Amino acid sequence: MGRPVRTDSPSSEGRRARPGRALARRLLPLSGIAVLILLWDVALSTAGGHRLLPRPFEVVRAIGELTQKGFLVKHVVASLFRVTWGYLAAVAVGVPLGIVLGWYRRGGMAVAPLLEILRPISPLAWIPLAILWFGVGDVSAVFIIFLGSLFPITLTAMNAVRGVELVHVNAARNFGLRGPALLRRVIYPAILPQLLVGLRLALGIAWLVVVAAEMIAVSSGLGFLIIDARNAGNRYDLVVAGMVLIGAIGIALDALMRGLERSKALAWGYTAIASAEEPPPDPGRGAAPAPAAP
Amino acid sequence: MTKNAPVKVRVRGLSKAFHTNGHEVRVLEDIDLDVHDGELVCILGPSGCGKSTLLNIVGGFLSASSGEVTIDGAPVRDPDPRRIFVFQERGVFPWLTVEGNIGFGISGLAPAEKAARIAHYVRLVGLEGFENAYPQELSGGMKQRVEVARALAVNPDVLYLDEPFGALDSITRLVMRGELLRIWEAEKKTILFVTHDIDESVQLADRVVVLSARPGSIRRIVDIDLPHPRDLSSPRYLALRDSILEEIGLAHKV
Repeated sequence: MGRPVRTDSPSSEGRRARPGRALARRLLPLSGIAVLILLWDVALSTAGGHRLLPRPFEVVRAIGELTQKGFLVKHVVASLFRVTWGYLAAVAVGVPLGIVLGWYRRGGMAVAPLLEILRPISPLAWIPLAILWFGVGDVSAVFIIFLGSLFPITLTAMNAVRGVELVHVNAARNFGLRGPALLRRVIYPAILPQLLVGLRLALGIAWLVVVAAEMIAVSSGLGFLIIDARNAGNRYDLVVAGMVLIGAIGIALDALMRGLERSKALAWGYTAIASAEEPPPDPGRGAAPAPAAP
Repeated sequence: MTKNAPVKVRVRGLSKAFHTNGHEVRVLEDIDLDVHDGELVCILGPSGCGKSTLLNIVGGFLSASSGEVTIDGAPVRDPDPRRIFVFQERGVFPWLTVEGNIGFGISGLAPAEKAARIAHYVRLVGLEGFENAYPQELSGGMKQRVEVARALAVNPDVLYLDEPFGALDSITRLVMRGELLRIWEAEKKTILFVTHDIDESVQLADRVVVLSARPGSIRRIVDIDLPHPRDLSSPRYLALRDSILEEIGLAHKV
């Protein structure tokens, strides 16, 4: 019996890569950006007069200026610092909380509606309360980021636990696993693929939120840079430079998280998520694997 | 020989009803069954007759509405590592490699002993070379073998198999039956095997327990007095198969 071929999406190594095509695939995503920059520059140079946007080279110059004066590193580090702490706190609270809520159905039923109500409230709406509770400063910003990522992380973990296949739980119980050992050796690995997707989306939210929080609560970071550049002298080249940096770092964070999802031990989870014909997980728990009832 | 062995699994007066939307559905009624140590017993019945429920109660995953299951004289309340339930290949953990799956139940052993045990069962089920493959990379039959190996690795007294080969193609199914018999003879386990396949039961079992349609009760227990390997065209095999077909009420013509 030969090793069966994996039926992955064709975007992985599956398709035979001719060198020309491989190059085109790498250049294609960049070409859109190049065209945008070109149009941007051409439009501004022909329209002249009213300057609604800085020109691309001015933005590049502004980034150079920030780098030279040491502001670039300072602001980026400040933003990343806040995101790191707010996000890690949300992971530390949200993952265990979500697992517990998913596992103990009654607890989940009691708390889930509360989470569902809090979730659609933009984390930015909490800014006044955050400032009231923690004052103007890093703690407020970190708190806002924490809230912004907490709800999606908790709900993802909760739903993932509810979706764990009963047959896996029963098999684990059969081998004598109970309580923490069951959570660590079966529930946690079973939810990991779905959890990582949730964690990646939550990190994206955290990165969106930090910029807004920094416009109000603190005097450093990329959000502050943008608002300060405007207030302190209408330096729109610095404003756009800040936006470009935010975009670039956002992509980098996302790529980092996607890298985690590529582990071979997780591949099963993504094909399962991708294939719609997966049977829905059994709703019951602690019962039999598909009792032969009606 | 197993006839004279002590009783391993004893089922007495077992009934089971499920309650759904205020209706009571009786699934099993008054089952009495003794399975002897080292015996291979097939529980045969039409779909929905409760045979799977019976196995789940014996396995400790479900409780009975009335009656009792004892193993070695002790009542069954929970699943127990001494009795392993083999699900259809869906029971394999997809996040673990073949090795990780087979070693799942023996994590308490010293590493060297654990590795030796894993290697032994990898060989027994013929998965050499696939130790580090993930279930996703395996065929259905290979996954089924991983699950059987995982069960055997904890050295249980009893194996419960719930239509283990139901999802396999007919050729793989035949191969797997042969493998199961080989393993059974090598490891001397007591096996309860649920199936709806008459041929499968007559090929494998020492005794076939024929259940009626729901609510399932025992219609008859058929001794299969054929030595292994069984000749599937021998008159005795065909006679036994036909008597079960008749018992179930099917004419043996299509």
